[in-house]
Amino acid sequence: MSQDKGREMIVKRIAKEFKDGDIVNLGIGMPTMVANFLPEGVEIILQSENGFIGIGSAPRSGDEDKDLINAGNQFATVVPGACFFDSAVSFGIIRGGHVDATVLGTLEVDQEGNIANYIIPGKMVPGMGGAMDLVVGAKRVIIASEHVDKNGNPKILKKCRLPLTAVKEADLIVTDMAVIECTSEGLILKEIAPGISVDDVLKNTEAELIVAADLKVIEV
Amino acid sequence: MNKVISIEKFSEYLIDGITLMIGGFMAVGTPEKLIDAVLAKGVKDLTVVCNDAGVPGKGSGKLLAAGVIKKYYASHVGLNPEFGRQMSAGLIEAVLVPQGTLAERIRAGGSGLGGFLTPAGVGTLVEEGKQKITINGKDYLLELPLKGDVALVKAHRADKAGNLVFRKSARNFNPLIATACKYVIVEAEHIEDIGTIDPDQVMLPGIFVDAIVQG
Repeated sequence: MSQDKGREMIVKRIAKEFKDGDIVNLGIGMPTMVANFLPEGVEIILQSENGFIGIGSAPRSGDEDKDLINAGNQFATVVPGACFFDSAVSFGIIRGGHVDATVLGTLEVDQEGNIANYIIPGKMVPGMGGAMDLVVGAKRVIIASEHVDKNGNPKILKKCRLPLTAVKEADLIVTDMAVIECTSEGLILKEIAPGISVDDVLKNTEAELIVAADLKVIEV
Repeated sequence: MNKVISIEKFSEYLIDGITLMIGGFMAVGTPEKLIDAVLAKGVKDLTVVCNDAGVPGKGSGKLLAAGVIKKYYASHVGLNPEFGRQMSAGLIEAVLVPQGTLAERIRAGGSGLGGFLTPAGVGTLVEEGKQKITINGKDYLLELPLKGDVALVKAHRADKAGNLVFRKSARNFNPLIATACKYVIVEAEHIEDIGTIDPDQVMLPGIFVDAIVQG
């Protein structure tokens, strides 16, 4: 599967995880695309950690508002019914469990549900932004990621090697090869991508995987 | 009452080594004229508290480029490569704080709290040197309040008593830093007579504001 096709499958599959009315925070990059693929009849309310609820589509060229950006520093719009607030309220919403789900990318995730996605010591030190608050506060943490890194090495590990963003907070991992649920028993392989075998997934995963009895093929 | 001053008057409050809190998120909601006044005064060895490092040529990025900051509290600095350069060269001491923790530390500083307990950062590099407290079986970090000397605030509307209205996502850290600093100056896009802002629409009470300049 090409990278673009793989990414499209990831975001379409994640878009099926929401129910109508869910309050969701989407991370920068691939997670942002999830909003474009929601099933018929499902509307979600998007939270932006820089201070509003109700993110709309990107503004047309020329319609940008200097006071309205999303948390990824892109010009944004709001939908009818949106509201603005300060950063303390924004993170009260996030830590207080009022966000139903957050979708974010990762550098590594491990079989205990630990997430490492904000720093590569000595190489990339951008700061954690709101990621640490989001993963501990959101009711559900969904990881959107390629199954392996750009050198072909597994990103789903027995134990994260990079500094952690949070401990045991991942709930679901959706990749271009598989859908994996994080449970107290370990990682359950629930679905595999079309044209891929369980062996392919196992070969590209360092973590122990428990293959679900009712293993399915990913439908998007 | 009239808190409107000239930008020249503001420069009296700027001295080497002070802690500046700066509003804005990626320079949206950052008072650019006030930043320029800090640069013009030529103060150095500043401690800055700001969500991020701005972007090159904008917001707190301008102070960073001038090399006048010695310590920087932020949650995200990835959009300004100058920050990484100064951090690697040992020119700047960086304190990276989760965004919600940064907001709440400022809020605590401005509202008389001795600190607060947050689950953000438990089990990560953020917990180093901090007290961990278990409440009802869940671990939290004790985070301490942050206070500053001068707050640089950007508002959409201000009346002459300092009552403020912010606009859209330019609100962010602005009302928080205004509660946590000894001297609070606002750069307002519109300055209005007292009584023109509906009291129900005021987003920051004027009692927090010391001075206003025209944006």
